[in-house]
This record gives sequence, structure tokens and C-alpha cells, in this order.
Amino acid sequence: MSNKLIVTAAPHITGADTTRKIMQRVCIALIPTLLASCIIFGLRAFLLTLITVLACVLFEYGWCRLRKKDVCVDDFSAVVTGMLLAFNLPANLPWWMAVVGAFIAIIVVKQLFGGLGHNFANPAIVARVALAMGFAGRMADSPFPQSGVDALSAATPMSADIGSTAYRALLLGTHGGVLGETCALTILAGGIYLIVTRVISPIIPVTYLGTVAVLSVVAGEDPVIQLLGGGLMLGAFFMATDYVTSPTTRKGKLVFGIGLGVITCAIRFLGTVPEGVSFAILIMNLLVPYIEEHTRQARLGIAKPERGGARA
Amino acid sequence: MPLPTKIVLPMGQHIGAPATPVVAKGEHVFVGSVVGKAAGFVSMDIHSGVSGVVDAVTTVTGPNGVKQTAVVILPDGKQAVSPHIKPPVVTDLASFQQAVRDSGLVGLGGAGFPAAIKLAPKNLDEIDTLIINGAECEPYITSDNRCMQEDTDFILDGIRAVMKHLDIPRCIIGIEANKPEEIAKLAAAAADMPVEVKRLPETYPQGAEKVLIETCTGREVPFPGLPSDVGVVVLNITSVAFIGKYLKTGMPLVTKRLTVDGDIVKNPGNVEVIIGTPVRELLEFCGGLTEEPGKVLYGGPMMGLCLADLDQPVLKNNNAILALSRRAVQPAKTTNCIHCGRCANACPLGLSSKEIVGAYLKGDVQLLAKLNADLCMSCGTCTFVCPAKRPLAQNIALAKLLMKNGGKK
Repeated sequence: MSNKLIVTAAPHITGADTTRKIMQRVCIALIPTLLASCIIFGLRAFLLTLITVLACVLFEYGWCRLRKKDVCVDDFSAVVTGMLLAFNLPANLPWWMAVVGAFIAIIVVKQLFGGLGHNFANPAIVARVALAMGFAGRMADSPFPQSGVDALSAATPMSADIGSTAYRALLLGTHGGVLGETCALTILAGGIYLIVTRVISPIIPVTYLGTVAVLSVVAGEDPVIQLLGGGLMLGAFFMATDYVTSPTTRKGKLVFGIGLGVITCAIRFLGTVPEGVSFAILIMNLLVPYIEEHTRQARLGIAKPERGGARA
Repeated sequence: MPLPTKIVLPMGQHIGAPATPVVAKGEHVFVGSVVGKAAGFVSMDIHSGVSGVVDAVTTVTGPNGVKQTAVVILPDGKQAVSPHIKPPVVTDLASFQQAVRDSGLVGLGGAGFPAAIKLAPKNLDEIDTLIINGAECEPYITSDNRCMQEDTDFILDGIRAVMKHLDIPRCIIGIEANKPEEIAKLAAAAADMPVEVKRLPETYPQGAEKVLIETCTGREVPFPGLPSDVGVVVLNITSVAFIGKYLKTGMPLVTKRLTVDGDIVKNPGNVEVIIGTPVRELLEFCGGLTEEPGKVLYGGPMMGLCLADLDQPVLKNNNAILALSRRAVQPAKTTNCIHCGRCANACPLGLSSKEIVGAYLKGDVQLLAKLNADLCMSCGTCTFVCPAKRPLAQNIALAKLLMKNGGKK
């Protein structure tokens, strides 16, 4: 036994979970929806996802090399951003526009603000909003699956004649929309996988969807269509639960989820644009620092100065 | 285990002032002889666990890097017991407190706080509950568990004595739910006493004093404050068993049962060790190590201190010696914080670890105070759960120093 021992501060062991494993689980959770969109929209959906993922990873790699930082593409965060970005695009979007989206997500929103963990808003959401403004026409041109890949239809069921869209079509995703807005079932399956593997807490999706359901009833809308239609399911399970841009405490998540629901419904029912999920997430992302500051947990022996109060 | 070749007794084996050596080189000592005298109220006597000759009064480096005086004794093999050792005469509170003081007992859960002080709370008439901490403090460690199995009678003797002399009407023994045999054994043994054996959730750090008090009584110890502020005295189960044993025998704290474990210990187990035994000899008794060690720890993997070399001795408050391979302690690659919030959600005290570390890195002492960084007890849970593998607890410890120094690093 030699005397060369390592001396450090405690603790000396850590858990098995890593950033990379968490990101990989998010990717796994997105795969059913990717498969569904390939079935609905054909090979184009797969190619589009491939392009956004490759573009995101390459932008991240290139930036790290350029700035002489540790190359961190192996943490899979760029892959997640790439997949989520693709899920926010219509299948027949020109590929160069998708690459522009990847640039906005990775370079502008993520790396310029300091890389992983420092982005002020969800990169894929900002990219979607930016593309929707810059290329409004193409972003709104969603292919409608039943009538062939290139047949154009409305952007999302939210702007179509809602009453005519059957619940079944919304569940299975056999309707128009961007890749990830279509099949509610696979989104739900992925979301449940993330909750079961403890990657995400159910608080944000449940409060978000719950608030939308309640407000729909109050506003006299069909709550099932409001829940299953548009980007709500994708947003609630995959975009709003992004760690970096959502609150960390239970209380904070509750406030965040309700805020998302209120803004989404306000835009859907009162606004002139058909879909409000992206803007709701973007607005709430920006409010996260303030929510965090006002929803800190109670601390043992600090919050409640109860000397003798509990003595019975 | 066989007698060690020497014992090394540092004078600071407790929280508080180090003891003053009262023996000189060449002097003969017995088992139970005082070799270091308490230097003040928050201090403790140090006793010899062997009979033999004082080899040196020297300076050693402790696990925290602080140099301190130590008495080195070479055993003569006779293990002759000091003629002064006899059961203490305890008639009232004062003589009970004095007996515990003379026993050299420090908190055996790991903190090493002189036990006699815990048994002398200022508001004694407000104390209504004695809590016995049977929640094993850290992963790997099973020494308290052995104590519950082997020393049940001493535990109850100790509890009886504390309840009687401090006039505490009820007692709760907290044991984690994954030890049903120990729970049943103690509950049966204490059936005729006002003692409740409480099943605790099996979560780390259930054995932390504030967490234990909250789980057992629902009371929150105010910060800054002491358990006595909420009418509670907490003693570790091994400590209370020692009190029971000491009242019968009068033999001060000179041995300690501790867990020897880790991925490279050939024959891991619980060993009764003479305090002061060099860790190297203890590890050799356990069959040695299967490969070169990475870290050897005093205590558990969450809060344990690293030994700088294997000749350092077993201390009073040690409940484990862990030898871990280089593989096991290989630091993982860190990534940026992804704000998953696991650190805050896992904190047993409700602290926001990532915000505290952020405030520390900015040197913002005001924000640290607002976040109550000084409440942190360094249990290490935040670092353990962090998927980005960031050294949160370590930085919070530095943050506490920064607060103490008023913002100067």
C-alpha cells in the first residue's frame, strides 16, 4: 500500500445520471414522433430532421473550434435542438431555410449567449418564430397528408375549420401541420417516457394542458380539439420543459405552466394569429428569472420562524 | 484485531479546543489513562486504549490539513487497566453530566461534538423529547446497525439514564425502514418504556440532525439555533449505547466499532478498533487492499475526509474507513449547468444550490446571505445528483467561508 493518496473535498461519489444521458433520453422520446411524421409525410420528414440535426451539430462543432472551446457536441444537446427544430417545421420547407433555422438556434440563441445552459429562450422556439416571420409563406405551407405530399393546406388545424377535424385525426396526426404538431399519441408516449425516466417533472405539462382545457371550456371552445390541435402537445411535453428555460422549483413550474396556458389561450381565442404555443413559450421563457426569484423553496428552519409554535 | 504496533492520539478529536497533553516521553500509561486533558468547556479528555510507554509527544497533520499535537504510545502487550477505572457514581444530573464528560465521549455519529455539552442544554426544563439517531449517516456505513444488533441492552440503559437524569418524558428512536429486524428488536426491548421506535424514510441524509428532528417531531430547528430550541436533545445510537456501557464499567472511550469497506478492501466488515490505531494496520487486518488505493476516507463517501497518508490514526468520531479505487473516485467530465434544478429539489434543507454557487462565483455576499448559504451542512447531495457533475457542495463550502470573511476570498 503506497502513500500516494488522492485528497479532495467531499463528496467522493456522484450519481450515474449525466447531461449526456438526459439529452439522449430526450432524443429517444422524440423518435416515435419522428417515425409517425415519416409515415404521415413520407421520406421528406426524415430528411428534414436529418438536415436540421446535422446542421445544429455542425454549427455547434464549428463554433467550439472557432472559439477554441472544448468541443461539447457529445453532450447531445445540439441533437435535441436539431430534432425539436425539425418538429417545428413543415415537411416541404426548403432545406436551406431549415439550415438558417439551425443557425439561429445554435449560433444566435445558444452559443452567442454562452453555450449550453446560457440561452435565454428555447433555441428551437426562437428559430421557429424567426422563420415564421422571415419566411411566413413557406412556413405556413404545410403539406396535407391525405391528398399527397405536395398538396398544400392550412398551416395548422387551428386555422382550419376546426369543427370538421375529427378527434381521431388529431390523435393519429393524419392532418396538416409541422412535423411535431401532428400525431398527439406519439408525443404523449414520448412525454410519458420522459416523466417515467424522471427527465422531466409532470408539473409543467399537466398545468399547461390543464389551464388550456379549463380556459377552453370557459371560452366555449372544444377542449379536446384545443388540447390535441396545433403545437400544444409538443410544446407542453418537449419545449416548455426545457431545463434551461423553465423554472426549477415545483412552485415555479406551476406558475410557469399556468402562465403558458393563459397566454396560449389568449392568442388562440383573442389574437389574429391562429397558434399561440410558440409565443407563449417564448414570453414565459423570458419571465423565468423573475419566476425563479419569487418561487424559491421554503428552507428548513428559515421560512417559518416557529419556536414553540409546533410544540403541542 | 491484534494490538497495533503503536497508537497515535491527536489532541483534537472533537469539535472545540484540542486537549492538552498530560504525559511525557517515557511515561508509562494504562488502558484508560488520561493522556490529554480537556482545555476548556468545549473540549474533551483523550484516553489511552493500550498499556505501554509514551514514545513521543509530537506534531501530526490531521485529515483537514491542520497540524496538531499528538501522543504516540507503544503498547507493552499487557493491556493492564488503569487502577482509576471504576464505574462512576451517579446520583443526580450534575454527577451524570460529569460522568459523561469524564468518559471522553464525543458524538459518535461522525460530527465529534462533545456529548457532555449536548446533555447540558440551557433550557433543560423545556426539553420534552430525546431523539436517538439510528439512521445510519451515510452509504456503506453499517456500524450503527451492528450496535443496534449487539448492544441493545446498553442502548436502553443509556436511554434510561439520559431520560432519568435530564427528566425527559419521552424518547423517539429513529431507524430507517430498511432495517426491520433492528426496529423490531428495539421496539420489543423498549416495550415497557415511553420510547417510540420510528420508521424513517430510507433517504440520505436522514441522519442529519435537523432532518431527523423534522421527520421525528415535525419541528424545524430555527437557524441559527440548536435542537434544544425546539425542546429536543439528539444523541447518536452508538453514543447512547456507550453511555450505557460506561455507567456499568467506567471504561472511557478508547475503542470504536467501525465499518471498513470500499471496492478494494479484501475482507470488508465491522471491526472493534483501539482509537489511535494506524489506518494501515487496520486495513492489513481486513486482508489488505486488492489494488493501489485512489482515496482512503475517514467516514462515508458523501461527507468523509480524505486521509493524506495511511499512517494516520483511527479517531474517536470515525464510524468508517473506506478505501476506494482510482476508478471509483475518477472525477467525471463536467458540462455547463443545464438548470435541471435537481440540486435544489434534492437539498434536504431547501437551498438553491446552483444559485448559491452562482452568487459565490460573482462574489455577491449579500445574495449569499439572502439565499441562506450558511445554512448548508455540506451533506453533498447536490453534487451527487448533479448530471452536469459540477462540484456544487464544494463551492458552497467556499461560499460559506466567503460569507464568514465578509467577502474576501
